[in-house]
Amino acid sequence: MASIKQNAQSRPLPDFRNAGVVLRILLGVNLLALLAALVRSDGLLACLQDYVTMAAWLQPLLLFNLAALALLGGRLQGLAPWSARVLVVVLAATSAAMLSLLWAFLTFDEWSWQGLVRAALLAATAAACMLSYLTLRASALSPALIEARLQSLTARIRPHFLFNSLTAVISLIRLDPRRAETALEELADLFRALLRDPRQLVPIGDELALCRQYLDLEKLRLGERLQVEWSSDDLPADLLVPPLLLQPLLENAVYHGIEPVADGGTIRVALLRRADELHIDLANPTSVSHGEHARGNHMALDNIEERLALYYDLEARLDTGEVRLADGSREYRVHIVLPCGGRWR
Amino acid sequence: MSAVVAPIAVLIVDDEAPARARLRDVLADIATELPNEVVAEAENGVVALGVIAAHKVDVALVDIRMPTMDGVEFARHLSQLEEPPAVIFVTAYDAYAVQAFELSALDYLLKPVRSTRLLAALRKLPQRPPLSNAQLARLPQAARSHLACHERGRLLLIPVAAIIYLKADLKYVTVRTREREFLVDESLTHLEEEYRDQFVRLHRSVLVARDAIIGFARSGADDADAQWQAMLRDVAERLPVSRRQWPLVKSLVRRSGV
Repeated sequence: MASIKQNAQSRPLPDFRNAGVVLRILLGVNLLALLAALVRSDGLLACLQDYVTMAAWLQPLLLFNLAALALLGGRLQGLAPWSARVLVVVLAATSAAMLSLLWAFLTFDEWSWQGLVRAALLAATAAACMLSYLTLRASALSPALIEARLQSLTARIRPHFLFNSLTAVISLIRLDPRRAETALEELADLFRALLRDPRQLVPIGDELALCRQYLDLEKLRLGERLQVEWSSDDLPADLLVPPLLLQPLLENAVYHGIEPVADGGTIRVALLRRADELHIDLANPTSVSHGEHARGNHMALDNIEERLALYYDLEARLDTGEVRLADGSREYRVHIVLPCGGRWR
Repeated sequence: MSAVVAPIAVLIVDDEAPARARLRDVLADIATELPNEVVAEAENGVVALGVIAAHKVDVALVDIRMPTMDGVEFARHLSQLEEPPAVIFVTAYDAYAVQAFELSALDYLLKPVRSTRLLAALRKLPQRPPLSNAQLARLPQAARSHLACHERGRLLLIPVAAIIYLKADLKYVTVRTREREFLVDESLTHLEEEYRDQFVRLHRSVLVARDAIIGFARSGADDADAQWQAMLRDVAERLPVSRRQWPLVKSLVRRSGV
């Protein structure tokens, strides 16, 4: 089973194919260059010019190294931690030396051994700095901490929903015992999902089944007021997603979009797979002028956003917004993008 | 020996049908110990106020969270009546409300409702004075969804969303909707506080719904006397904007995209 557990524990090196890691390296090295320019020059303007000259030399080197590391990625991870790290530093040093040699040829400059060694040393230092920063960062997000964070973030069912559902089930016992039985079974499944290890990714088929059970329970209370439109295209049922990703969003939509309206409304859910990304769109009607609701909404959304960051770093997105439709009504929309390239497999 | 006691007339107010069914069941279960009769069920506060105008109700069992008009607002309107029925709040889970109930010694029931708790609460009713303003003030206060107007002994409810403007008239406030005008016993200053997000003050004695403003026109031929007037949706009347409020009104309306 794919899990976030493998992430920090067994990896000697950062994942060089992760957009977050790449961005951090680009920014980090450029920051080092800016610092070097600041130390070297005596005026701010001179420092800036210095940095620009350096950057012209630095960017191709960085891009080459990042591309090489992304290609080598899988093989490097298999090595012992220290040899992998030394390899990365050596790669940076040699490529820097080669580049300054090439640069010298292109500009018909003189080249010296000293210059080459200096370039190699600088690149090696920068690489070592970035490696130790990323390793430190990974250990700060140690599995134990991530687990604790995820535990506390994993959506908790609203007590409001729990007690109202229990009331609905109790009222059904005399009226329709069979329906009451199904409802209790659904409630049991929902709680089993809540108690599951939050680090374990789940097949999207399971998450969708859970959502349907949840909506079934809500229908018990809200009856015709709650309408749901699903649309999803050819998703492989074994596509892995973080657990309880969609259910809390639906719960939010019911609480803020359906319950406050006497006639209820329709929640629309769409799941699409575009290339290596899974797009999830969720829309619910919203009543105007409910400051309190907007706040409540954001707590749950911030929670999911943080969980996505823990699972996928910068590769997942969550956007929200209110849209005014043609007929004057308002709709609250949540859009989530997840990578589904099988990173954790 | 004792005379036949009339059963307690109960009104159930909850937006969820299963919750109303449950209360009905529990009331039937305790009927032998405490005779009671469910006079009506209502799915929100507005419907419930209508029921109370038509029927004699001794006690209302009221859910807190309901669409259109919630339980707390219902109780506030109820307390303005001459002989209001008693109110027992029923709530699934609401930490703030429960805390407020405790503070103001109000009776409340938690869902799922137990027959013993309901019986105890109903038995205490005769000794209980009606809800006081002090008790109500402790409950979580959201802006009311309706204003109440007492007209010839009847209670009329005006949805706040239907109000175009509010105008202070001596000690009353005139409420203008598309159809007609109402007089309500309120203070314009309090209303301005309560509906800060929905209404804006045009001048000393007028609040107007922000989304009712459709444009502005200049009046008065003489440049020195010229004054801006707000044009409103659904009514032909134009309302003057005071010089002092003009910059504020203009900026608020521009922001909302008129």
